[in-house]
Amino acid sequence: MTEPRDRTPDASPPPQQQPPPRPRGVLGDLLAPVAGFGVTFRTMFKKVVTEEYPEEKLPTAPRYHGRHVLNRHPDGLEKCIGCELCAWACPADAIYVEGADNTEEERFSPGERYGAIYQINYLRCIFCGLCIEACPTRALTMTNEYELADDSREDLIYTKEQLLSPLLAGMEAPPHPMRLGDSDQDYYLGGASGPTAGDGA
Amino acid sequence: MSDAGTTYTSTYSPDDPYGSTSTDESGRVFTVGGGDWDEIVNAVDPMESERIVVNMGPQHPSTHGVLRMVLELEGETVARSRVVIGYLHTGIEKNMEFRNWTQAVTFITRCDYLAPFSNELTYCLGVERLLDIEDQIPERVKVIRVLLAELQRISSHLVWLATGGMEIGAITMMLFGFREREQILAILEMITGLRMNHAYFRPGGVAQDLPPGAVDRIREFIPYMYEKVEEYESLLSANPIWLRRLKGVGFLDTRGCLQLGVTGPLLRASGLAWDLRKEMPYSGYENYDFDVVTEPDGDCFARYLVRINEIRQSLRIIEQAVDRLRPGPIMVADKKIAWPAQLALGADGLGNSLDHIRRIMGQSMEALIHHFKLVTEGFRVPAGQVYVPIESPRGELAAHIVSDGGTRPYRVHLRDPSFVNLQAVPALTEGGMISDVVASVASIDPVMGGVDR
Repeated sequence: MTEPRDRTPDASPPPQQQPPPRPRGVLGDLLAPVAGFGVTFRTMFKKVVTEEYPEEKLPTAPRYHGRHVLNRHPDGLEKCIGCELCAWACPADAIYVEGADNTEEERFSPGERYGAIYQINYLRCIFCGLCIEACPTRALTMTNEYELADDSREDLIYTKEQLLSPLLAGMEAPPHPMRLGDSDQDYYLGGASGPTAGDGA
Repeated sequence: MSDAGTTYTSTYSPDDPYGSTSTDESGRVFTVGGGDWDEIVNAVDPMESERIVVNMGPQHPSTHGVLRMVLELEGETVARSRVVIGYLHTGIEKNMEFRNWTQAVTFITRCDYLAPFSNELTYCLGVERLLDIEDQIPERVKVIRVLLAELQRISSHLVWLATGGMEIGAITMMLFGFREREQILAILEMITGLRMNHAYFRPGGVAQDLPPGAVDRIREFIPYMYEKVEEYESLLSANPIWLRRLKGVGFLDTRGCLQLGVTGPLLRASGLAWDLRKEMPYSGYENYDFDVVTEPDGDCFARYLVRINEIRQSLRIIEQAVDRLRPGPIMVADKKIAWPAQLALGADGLGNSLDHIRRIMGQSMEALIHHFKLVTEGFRVPAGQVYVPIESPRGELAAHIVSDGGTRPYRVHLRDPSFVNLQAVPALTEGGMISDVVASVASIDPVMGGVDR
């Protein structure tokens, strides 16, 4: 560290350059002790900032880290490939994934593997968002839903059925064969279309 | 009972445990020379010599969380005060040793929960120094970090003003302080997705770029906040009750501060212009034009003035930072370090962008390998140790990071200003009134999450 400027307390003029206080005049000086009442009084006529939360639910910011959702491809196949990267990334060990092999008879996702068991423990989740940053297929995203309180521990461990997004028009509940192409590459390279595709930035 | 004027000097004898006397003459010594015992007892005022021990906290609305103070009172005067901490110990530092370098950010942000960006900043600066990538950090990252750190300094000072005011009886200030803090939290939520504990700074950059509209929102906030600071000042600065509760209370001069290691607004309120943003600039603070606020008096009122004026200085820095924002990358280019996420909003919420997915799943095997490697194992940090101090809203904050060359920190120790500044409690309160203890402790602005970690 180089020895910088003089900063001893008694050094000539203090280095600060405060904006000069607004001149108040004699009357202002006289009223200064009670000027606070003016502020309080004026505030009575301003718009109330209180939110009437349970009755009136205000939207969060779009980026808000809320409840997770497991997404589907436009044909209804699950995007999750059971790679467990979300569980690896989770600093709170809140995610449990078990992958399993897709077969020609029973196919849940494009490619070889799918997430057979998927649980997020909302008692542990700290909503940091590392899981969605880790997900290589945009299978896991975070919505703006924040009302997650419950009265039992079991109910707060969300299972795959609770997390999966609902089937939209044109979607077919898995298992079923790949409808959008011959291989999983068609799903990833074809990309940005369908209801859960996102804007893709 | 000994005879008048006679003092036995025998020491303790194991044969006769009752036979020894003490030669300790501390406290009041009574020489009893006969007479009626009741008369002698009645002549002594019981209250005069008796100290009452009062436990203030850990559950006390005026001790800022779970701080416990043991006060020895003589009447209403504090004869001795001692601070007891540890009620909010969370094991954050230890837990970080079992997470990789990027995951650790999500923990360290939770230490000083009123200034999470400061925690993240000192940690990330430290890791970046160990990685020797400090000169590769993009300019935009540095500006965003300064911008958010200063916004948070304002929100932290607002909480101090709000809670400190409430403890002294200025309930209006409490409502006003939290009202404006809400605006800042809304901006932070817009940018990071979370109101607190953001884990937004990452070693090598930030998690995602500013969303559209964020800069405009911050620009709107600046004049609004200037106006509100004026309001606080007309509410408090000349208020007779406020002045009498704070002026001359909790005095600590520069020498006392330096001997106790006290930094931040307390030190500046004693007249020393010590601000690490000026003394050892980090993240580009040398490029900003701002003043170090000092006050000469060293009492609680001086600390109030310092914090109020620091809000104005932070607004000045924010103004400049917003103007300095240029488009550019928000993460280092080194693919072996850069956290491999590119978040995008969609109808399904927040997740990795489809472009990114197309690249890693369909086009570049190397990118996919980097993605998997960084997420599962993380990057390695060369062995060594660093200490990069920054100016948090409460003073000198630094993470002393030790790496053994692995993918996880070997040890992270946080030099938290709240912890160090709490050492000043006896110096601030002893000899004063018990009612001033509240004002003095409030003027330190301790955050127990940072104290106990």
